[in-house]
Amino acid sequence: MSQSKQQKQTIVFTTFMVITVLVSAISIGVFFYIFFNGISVLSWGFFTGVPENGMTEGGIFPAIMGTLILIVGSGLVAFPMGILAGIFMNEYAHQNWFKKFVRLMTNNLAGIPSIVFGLFGMAFFVNGLGFGVSILSGCLTLGVLILPIIIRTTEESLKFIPDDYRLASYALGASKWQTIWRVILPAALPNIVTGVILAIGRVAGETAAILFTVAAYFLPKMPTSIYDETMALPYHLYVISTSGTDIEKARPYADGTALTLLMLVFGLNLLANWYRKRLNKKIKV
Amino acid sequence: MMTRKKIFEKIIEAVIYASGTATTIVVLLIVFFLFREGLGLFRQAPMQKTYTVAVHPQNPVRQLSIDQLKAIFSKKEKNWKTFGGKDQSIETFSSEDIEKHLKGQDLGEAFSKLKGLVTTYAQNKENLVVVMPKKFMPNKFVPIPTEHMSIGAFFGGKEWRPTSEPIHSFGVLPIIAGTLLVCFGALLFAIPTAIIAAIYLVEIANKKVRNIINPFIELLAGIPSVIYGFFGLVVIVPFIQKTFALDMGETALAGSIILGIISLPTIITISEDAIRSVPRELKEASFALGANHLQTIFKVIVPYALSGIVSAAILGVGRTVGETMAVLMVTGNAAQMPSSFLDSVRVITSTVAAELGETAQGGIHYRALFMLACVLFILTFWFNLLAEWIVAKKTQK
Repeated sequence: MSQSKQQKQTIVFTTFMVITVLVSAISIGVFFYIFFNGISVLSWGFFTGVPENGMTEGGIFPAIMGTLILIVGSGLVAFPMGILAGIFMNEYAHQNWFKKFVRLMTNNLAGIPSIVFGLFGMAFFVNGLGFGVSILSGCLTLGVLILPIIIRTTEESLKFIPDDYRLASYALGASKWQTIWRVILPAALPNIVTGVILAIGRVAGETAAILFTVAAYFLPKMPTSIYDETMALPYHLYVISTSGTDIEKARPYADGTALTLLMLVFGLNLLANWYRKRLNKKIKV
Repeated sequence: MMTRKKIFEKIIEAVIYASGTATTIVVLLIVFFLFREGLGLFRQAPMQKTYTVAVHPQNPVRQLSIDQLKAIFSKKEKNWKTFGGKDQSIETFSSEDIEKHLKGQDLGEAFSKLKGLVTTYAQNKENLVVVMPKKFMPNKFVPIPTEHMSIGAFFGGKEWRPTSEPIHSFGVLPIIAGTLLVCFGALLFAIPTAIIAAIYLVEIANKKVRNIINPFIELLAGIPSVIYGFFGLVVIVPFIQKTFALDMGETALAGSIILGIISLPTIITISEDAIRSVPRELKEASFALGANHLQTIFKVIVPYALSGIVSAAILGVGRTVGETMAVLMVTGNAAQMPSSFLDSVRVITSTVAAELGETAQGGIHYRALFMLACVLFILTFWFNLLAEWIVAKKTQK
């Protein structure tokens, strides 16, 4: 009796293990497929050139630059506001209906599909405020998209700071803001940075939100002002793999673009992980 | 000096409070702009903005509904008698027919002679119904008031033909059906797989295994959806095409597979948290009663963590419904009622993404797509609230 119980458990547990390993195998599969198809395409010229022959070959420099611009721009929009909002949630807000409401709204904002952000950006920034299809509109749209991520990580990082820090600072006569600025934020900063890097990864891969707010189909020159359109890596990949002039011929070019995007996002994730690990070690010592 | 510091402190506090309200303001703005653009759909007739409908003055019919107009222009209704008119066949004329009936005629600069030509063509045709821009309407023709797009026609309409002329069809049923089919297929394998993986990672696997597998789950969550779409397009779509010997592999099945993969990490991580929060005492009590690990998992841990697991599944549903790029790239986007997983389908998100670029701002098609986004917004908002409510209820207990 007990033996069959044990056998049953072994069978079920093994099945569970196999399924879990299969799940991780998916990510390995996708990663290496993109990697081995794209690696032969990557070259210095690929990163520094512009698309040629109806976007079937050439380089992806304008798309890379566009994505970097969007990362910096949306960061400028979201980081200050998101970090301040995170400080509000953990340091200033009282446990009342308002804090609950703000949390509810933040969570809901995080759950809104990115295409809805795209439409909102189009209706509000592009048409409503008259910014047009531009880097400005794109950065603002992406900024509100990553706002909840920044708020949450900031709040979580601040929660980890023991109250002793705050009390010690107050005891020395520091004001509330001095305490936050000089004591709390420096202590929480590394964790906040991790969240910031993850948000950057989200911006780098985001497509639906930039479709109608900033992305240009083909624009080989660099933007000169924030009112210009720009190409971007994820949108570029979408275009050349679905609606280019000659999709078959553009496959190697698309493979290279996909790998570049994946490396960028994966690199950012690695960076965040590495930073978090280094930090945890430091704290232990 | 002291007061200056205090003032500074107050200003900072104000800025922080203001930032705290940022997300609320953004959500309100999103609601306002989406619905302002979307609800405008029901204040327009489903045809081009400047167009009107008119009949010959001798025709007694003075009222035609949108459905009747559709039937007339698709040649399903052929006699005026059906609509209370004389017993004569119906002839139609819209902008599309200019080429056919006024072939070779000089239309003038900026169509300045068009009105005259149409009048000549139409004046003796008692059985003619015309849909054209107001300024080209033939003289003496009597305009017929057109109904606005109705809510019923939007949510109950079986046809999505946003560019059919002269009357557009904005029925979302095929799109809703496509969304349901793709998401159902995705969650059918994603939810059980994700819950099993979560149970394994928290309860069964030792720390070493967990540390190896966790980064892969994180990688799965980190891959951008456009990369999944690309992967689906070059690997899964051709595979489906070959396996089922189809003309094209862009099917609901391809969408379900990709969406399932995308929703896995969401469901896994949230279920993991739920399972991890089961108190140790419960487990130990179960072991003390002689239950083995397997029994403890299914009789104690899963039931206790159920609310968290359910809310993880709901958030997974929200994730699949809202996913855009990957579905857009692999489902083929045919706006038809799907009959099987091997049909090409079109979901809410991909309809918006594929069509919005080609619409005129403020036009009826533009508004119909915003209305779709409103539906999407309400759905995901509702899923989020539901997931949070389930967890909150549990915590209260």
